Amino acid sequence: MSSLRIGSGAGFSGDRIDPAIELAEHGDLDYLVFECLAERTIALAQIARRNDPKAGFDPYLVERMEAVLTPCSERGVRIISNMGAANPLTAADAVIEVARRLGIKGLKVAAVTGDDVLEQLDLDAALLDQPGQVRDLRASLVSANAYMGSDGIVAALAAGADVVLTGRVGDPALFVAPMIHHFGWAADDWDRLAHGTVIGHLLECAGQITGGYFADPGVKDVPDLARLGFPIAEIESDGSAIITKVANSGGLITTATCKEQLLYEILDPAAYLQADAITDIRNVAFEPLAPNRIQVTGARGRPRPDSLKVTLGYLDGFIGEGQMSYAGPGAVARGRLALNILRHRLGDRYDDLQFDLIGVDATRVAARPAPASDPFEVRIRVAGRHAEADQAARIGREVEALYTNGPSGGGGAVSSVKPVMAVASTLINRQRVISAVHLKVS
Amino acid sequence: MKLRDMAHIRTGDKGDTSQISVIAYLPEYYGVLQTHLTTDRVRAFYSGLPCRHVERHELPALGAFIFTLEGALKGGVTRSLALDPHGKTLGALLLDLDVPEEG
Repeated sequence: MSSLRIGSGAGFSGDRIDPAIELAEHGDLDYLVFECLAERTIALAQIARRNDPKAGFDPYLVERMEAVLTPCSERGVRIISNMGAANPLTAADAVIEVARRLGIKGLKVAAVTGDDVLEQLDLDAALLDQPGQVRDLRASLVSANAYMGSDGIVAALAAGADVVLTGRVGDPALFVAPMIHHFGWAADDWDRLAHGTVIGHLLECAGQITGGYFADPGVKDVPDLARLGFPIAEIESDGSAIITKVANSGGLITTATCKEQLLYEILDPAAYLQADAITDIRNVAFEPLAPNRIQVTGARGRPRPDSLKVTLGYLDGFIGEGQMSYAGPGAVARGRLALNILRHRLGDRYDDLQFDLIGVDATRVAARPAPASDPFEVRIRVAGRHAEADQAARIGREVEALYTNGPSGGGGAVSSVKPVMAVASTLINRQRVISAVHLKVS
Repeated sequence: MKLRDMAHIRTGDKGDTSQISVIAYLPEYYGVLQTHLTTDRVRAFYSGLPCRHVERHELPALGAFIFTLEGALKGGVTRSLALDPHGKTLGALLLDLDVPEEG
């Protein structure tokens, strides 16, 4: 069985597009995967869909497809992405439209649905990591999406899809699915599925394994970070893989970058829970074979969980914020005076208020060395939550009012108000989550 | 020595838990950190955070530790009022910690 080459074209919705084009053109890929769906993004997308039934998919879907569809279709590179967000069906329509515009005929685009479980929710189900039940959030609930496994994507690939668009699936499943399709791994081959999960986890944040989010000048230097290349996995049928990138792209892949990404956001290394398998990453090993070529082995798998995690999106009031700068001798004292004035003027009408002196204490940790001297400039920041938008907006107005009602020399006031899309989690029996594939052709 | 000389870090988040990976540059540093980078020491360092529970996972084969700081992100990314609601800057602060050179 030939090895499989999967590239990672995005680690979040707003990610850079140039490295994805580089992968499509020079990656010698079988698949190009785009992971673009953060935890609460799908809830925001659900609101967009309520306002417009055709909306609700990733805002950069069309731009990305315009950039990569031609090189991918010329080279037979298949695309998998969760850019379907809250509306995979209309996302598929949008990709078909791009394909027609680019003159690509016969492109098969699949939408995978089934993650939206708002109607199937058990109101008595307990919330995870916080007290209460689903019913407590019922009135303000906007969305409920289950983290599905790879099965829907595998079915779409079996149906011949060139592009597969999903809503919520576990991020690694976007990568595990083409491995299952290509190698024919059994649904209970837990060790191989665990290897696939680790490979997916290593690739899902794109540039975070090729030197992005790694550089610390003089300590951990990264060559040519401005031209950061995105990662490729060369996968063998036993589940082992080599992590690499396009030759001469920027960045670097070392055991250090691989370890940082392997452990990233893992809460329990003995049991990384995904819909396809439970993975033990404790004995994963990285072996450098050549510069920017690291072999990964050693994942262990256990049977998949009976329940799937569900992210619940709910509206929870508004956050208002204001900021202003002070500079020169006494900047810190004037900043502190401004914050004290704001404490008095804003009073106790807010659910929660936070006062920061950016440059001094805004990262909120007590244990730190005392500065040798006061910084020459600081920026005050006040943020607070309120059920009403106009009360949240008052925070920024009070900051702005410091121009004529506060200490000397404040400048650069900015303010904002935004609705709070909060998220909570619960579990759902996986039997209640059924994926479906909808195929369209350009 | 500073922790920065012995290890590199990456910080992530899940809900209101901050997750900080500490990865030793050399195998011999792992043992030193196992002795000195204790859960108590890390909890004390982050005393300004509203942590409910701090846990350390040991990964000897990788020469690394995972620290989970439950409650550190006060309401989680979406409700937090912090300038850095993900707490992505938290791990870098820890690099300033003094660590003895011997285990």
